[in-house]
Amino acid sequence: MNDMTNKWIGQRTIRPDGADKVTGRAQYSADVNMPGMMWGKVLRSPHAHARIRGIDTSKAEALPGVKAIVTAKDIVEFPVDKSVMLGIQDMRWMCRNVMAREKALFHGHPVAAVAAISEEVAAAACALIEVDYEVLPHVIEIEDAIKPDAPILHEWNKHEGKSSNITGTMVLKTGDVEAGFKDADVIVERSFTTRPVHQGYIEPHSCTVSYAADGRVTIWSSSQGQFMVRAMTSLLTGIPQSNIRAIPAEIGGGFGGKTIIYLEPVAVMLSKKSGRPVKMVMTRDEVQRATGPAPGSMSTVKIGAKKDGTIVAAQATFYVQAGGLPGAPLRGPVGCSLSAYAIPNVLSVGYEVVSNRSKVAAYRAPGGPHGAFAAESVLDEIAEKLGLDPLDLRIRNSAKPGDKALYGPTFGQVTFKETIEAIKAHPHYKAPLDRNPRPGVKRGRGVASGFWYNAGGESSVQVNITEDGNVVVTTGHPDIGGSRASISNVVAELLGVEHSRVNVIIGDTMTIGFSNLTGGSRVTFASAMVATASTEKVIGQLKERAAKIWNIDAEAVKWEDGMALPAGDNAGKFPPLSLKELAAKANEMGGPIGTQVQLNTTGADPGFATHVVDVEVDVDLGIIRVLRYTAAQDVGRALHPGYVEGQIQGGVVQGIGWALSEEYLYDKNGKVDNATFLDYRMPVCSDVPMIDAVMLEIPNPKHPQGVRGVGEAPIVPPLAAIANAVYDALGKRFSALPMSPPRVTERLEQP
Amino acid sequence: MTDIRYLAPRTLDEAVGAFAAAAGGARILAGGTDLLVQMRAGVAKPGTIIDIKKIPEMTAIEDLGGGAFRIGAAVSGAVLAEHAGFRKAWPGVLEAVNLIGSKQVQGRASPGGNLCNASPAGDSVPAMVAAGAVVTIQGPNGRRELPVEKVPAGPGRTNLTPGEIVVSFTLPARPKGSGDAYLRMIPRTEMDIAVVGMGVNLVLEGGVVKAARVGLGAVAPTVLLVEDAARALIGSRLDDAALEAAAAACRAACKPINDKRGTIAYRIKVAGVLLKRTAAIAARRAGGN
Amino acid sequence: MAKIHVSTTVNGEPVEFLCDASSSMLDALRGPLGLTGTKEGCGTGDCGACSITVDGRLMCSCLMLAVEAEGHEIATIEGMAQGDKLHPLQQKFLEMAALQCGICTPGVLISARSLLEKNPDPTEEEVRFGLAGNLCRCTGYDKIVRAVLETAAEMREAAR
Repeated sequence: MNDMTNKWIGQRTIRPDGADKVTGRAQYSADVNMPGMMWGKVLRSPHAHARIRGIDTSKAEALPGVKAIVTAKDIVEFPVDKSVMLGIQDMRWMCRNVMAREKALFHGHPVAAVAAISEEVAAAACALIEVDYEVLPHVIEIEDAIKPDAPILHEWNKHEGKSSNITGTMVLKTGDVEAGFKDADVIVERSFTTRPVHQGYIEPHSCTVSYAADGRVTIWSSSQGQFMVRAMTSLLTGIPQSNIRAIPAEIGGGFGGKTIIYLEPVAVMLSKKSGRPVKMVMTRDEVQRATGPAPGSMSTVKIGAKKDGTIVAAQATFYVQAGGLPGAPLRGPVGCSLSAYAIPNVLSVGYEVVSNRSKVAAYRAPGGPHGAFAAESVLDEIAEKLGLDPLDLRIRNSAKPGDKALYGPTFGQVTFKETIEAIKAHPHYKAPLDRNPRPGVKRGRGVASGFWYNAGGESSVQVNITEDGNVVVTTGHPDIGGSRASISNVVAELLGVEHSRVNVIIGDTMTIGFSNLTGGSRVTFASAMVATASTEKVIGQLKERAAKIWNIDAEAVKWEDGMALPAGDNAGKFPPLSLKELAAKANEMGGPIGTQVQLNTTGADPGFATHVVDVEVDVDLGIIRVLRYTAAQDVGRALHPGYVEGQIQGGVVQGIGWALSEEYLYDKNGKVDNATFLDYRMPVCSDVPMIDAVMLEIPNPKHPQGVRGVGEAPIVPPLAAIANAVYDALGKRFSALPMSPPRVTERLEQP
Repeated sequence: MTDIRYLAPRTLDEAVGAFAAAAGGARILAGGTDLLVQMRAGVAKPGTIIDIKKIPEMTAIEDLGGGAFRIGAAVSGAVLAEHAGFRKAWPGVLEAVNLIGSKQVQGRASPGGNLCNASPAGDSVPAMVAAGAVVTIQGPNGRRELPVEKVPAGPGRTNLTPGEIVVSFTLPARPKGSGDAYLRMIPRTEMDIAVVGMGVNLVLEGGVVKAARVGLGAVAPTVLLVEDAARALIGSRLDDAALEAAAAACRAACKPINDKRGTIAYRIKVAGVLLKRTAAIAARRAGGN
Repeated sequence: MAKIHVSTTVNGEPVEFLCDASSSMLDALRGPLGLTGTKEGCGTGDCGACSITVDGRLMCSCLMLAVEAEGHEIATIEGMAQGDKLHPLQQKFLEMAALQCGICTPGVLISARSLLEKNPDPTEEEVRFGLAGNLCRCTGYDKIVRAVLETAAEMREAAR
């Protein structure tokens, strides 16, 4: 199947949802309206840390036009002493995140919500709710939160026997690092910091909810998983899953940030209490203040190597922010930063730190960039000290098939070296670089690599043949980046029909079987695997129908180019039966043709990426610009190359923003000071060059088309690659992100 | 929000009358690129919005000859950019007006709004200061004129008296050998508020600076006219020593704050760097005129 | 206070609607006019998802009062295709995978059309600065810029 002569797989077909998206017809969740609909608004804490002593909603209730008010009392409580997990989210923290319970833990934490006849009335009612706060000292930064006298967010939490803001620890270990470092000829140990960054999806969170008189709930919302919406809403409202229909609207970007929910259970309770449909749409200000960014981090990485470049030991410590409630992605930095390398002695430790910030959420390779920034910067310095090409250093130490990965499993296929060699052979890496093109301007080149676990997991796919002989495919995954296009390529290929005859849609929780989140670089991997199984079943049905018509054995029928044919001369001579002909005879020959396959998919081997970047520094102003960027990645098989490249290009540019300009700033009251797209500086079009995405197609043997997850690995290398390029330009190492102009200027004035 | 009145008067007298009558409860709407954002954030809660774009004088561009222009306060950057004569005479002012926001914002934002918003970081203001623009103001007590640098009083505050509306900017005639330029430092390439903004306007004669004005933004509560910097340039051939002296004067004039957009030390340093760069562009343009 | 009655033209057709004095044009488009193709990403003019043209000039509809539409010509994404014939930019965006989630796409297309009307032969740099007011978080802009350049080339060829 993994054949480069494929007719549809690997083609840049037009996506099934494309025309609607370029004409403004695609329905995103904020575009959904219901008859009699009301507007819901959230009242948010004006304090970064405060005990909630009481909430008086009487004045708000008395305001004409107010139909319902919800507080934490209306949300199911999960006591803090008993964990209830849903995926990676613990409902103890989710119930407190959607509505503050004992305490407001960050500025912007929801404390109540109102449904009213208009947005204005709802906002006015919020202003009338009286919350009795006992304001507490707050703490924002990691270094402050881990001080012995820091304000404690959760008194019940103990670390090493004492109340602490360290709420979690993760340790991965192999060999004996102390002994390993004794064998090293060169050791580099450095500390790094990264700042929290937001996923930056352009579409704010929103939902429209209808709670009907019979207790049945319909939710249209923007999320990376309608089943996650259903399950979490069910847990937080007590409504059984069978009564919740979660309909995935088109989603305007997620990047991990829409793998949890904020509004849905609140809107459901407002709708239940008022008996009317309720719409809630966050403002950008609310998104930036109160939805999960990726954490900031503090880390120290120490790597020891022999003269020939063989790494003998590595030790890493990561402090990772969780926000106001636990849930930091420790496995990102702890497990990923060193896993691409075969290192005999490793100790990798992570600490989760809570502070008075919004609860973090997943962001593209959660925690991966933090770890890689540290480890790949140190590797660059090792290569320099040993006089080695930094790519050769990485090739020498690349993990190999059969090696036991630091995080547990044994590697099957490892295609790391291929990504490094692709960069080494790329014209970009060999191109001369004018290091000082003009006075005051310096240029440099840097490389770095990245690793991400990738994932399989549950997917469901229906394939149905229409009465007129065309194909409708339903999957259970919200399509953010073009997955419908990939699946239509696969199904058209397998059925041997024109691509235009296959239509792919996303089902809701009542029309398609359980399907896990769109995230973890899993959707194309998993849904192509399940779509393949589903299509093969349908082909089996088609062959059976032909066999029945011809009165021969089903085994004697083959399926080729969209037609059933006798498998060989022995089978008899019959004119081929097309999909259309078989569909027309479907009912007389046994009924409708179609099936649903549901699988928990496995075999998603890790993703590897290696990047090279050229930067230019305006030395007097401290401004860094990216001039050229090339990203090589093993994608297994690009079902739709346009959207595979798009994942790589988008991930790289997010990494550029992380490295150079994005960060959360807080004022002295613990309020986000840059909650706008004006001051939260994501790259704009004129900030970046073209991103050359080099797709290596080394088939994943565990996947029917050879697919490997793509979406996350591209954001892992850019932070270090850019820092290494800036070092090459300026001769100064940067250990703190973002490398913003004031910071660059300050660093240039230091020795 | 629903009790707001919207007025779109056709004459300045009507506008001034309504503005004065509202006694502080009204806001003038030109491009609205600041006002609507402030209203949405709940910072501005006007009882009346007075849209001045239907008043002809407010949206007129008048070529007064010899490089002199009168620009209505509500002219958008995009409209101004289409005026070939203005582009030739005042490229620095034009680039400053058209650095206010994106292409979308340029379709609305005006120099009058930028001035009256009174942000120390407004892009058009340092260039207007360097240009020596004079502002015509109309109020309940009639018309008056003010040099542009006298209009801002502090962040978000102006020296306009109640009921006064900025009507137009008058830019003086251009002697031969004139050139102006505006540069700003922003972290991105677009879509940012100036961390430092620098307008320089020069008149050269035989390579010697005969006249100079320097406007400096985002480093003090108001945009500054840096006369010491101009003095350092006048009489020079823009040699390194003169440029360094002018840069030093700009650095000395800075009274910045640390905020989310920049630090004190960084802003002071950048003021000097931008003076040199902006002067070089203005001189090149002056040489071509 | 009573709502204000506004008569305007949207995508070539005369329309009337009622709004508050403080309503933005974006509110009016998405609300009473039912044109939800114009998106809100920020409400402060910083993302360009709500881009429209007014009398042919590019603007953020979140930064314009709805009452200001009176007597003007508004153009939104819904009017970009002619019936079932897509505008060349729309077609090229589909062919070149220049969209992922699609939320910024209507604004980017309106902005790109405006750019090409003014400058039919832009350089890459001109396209990048021309679209700097339109944030896209998915694509890294690469395919958007390429699609605009390619469309411009095809439109020039077709106009010869």
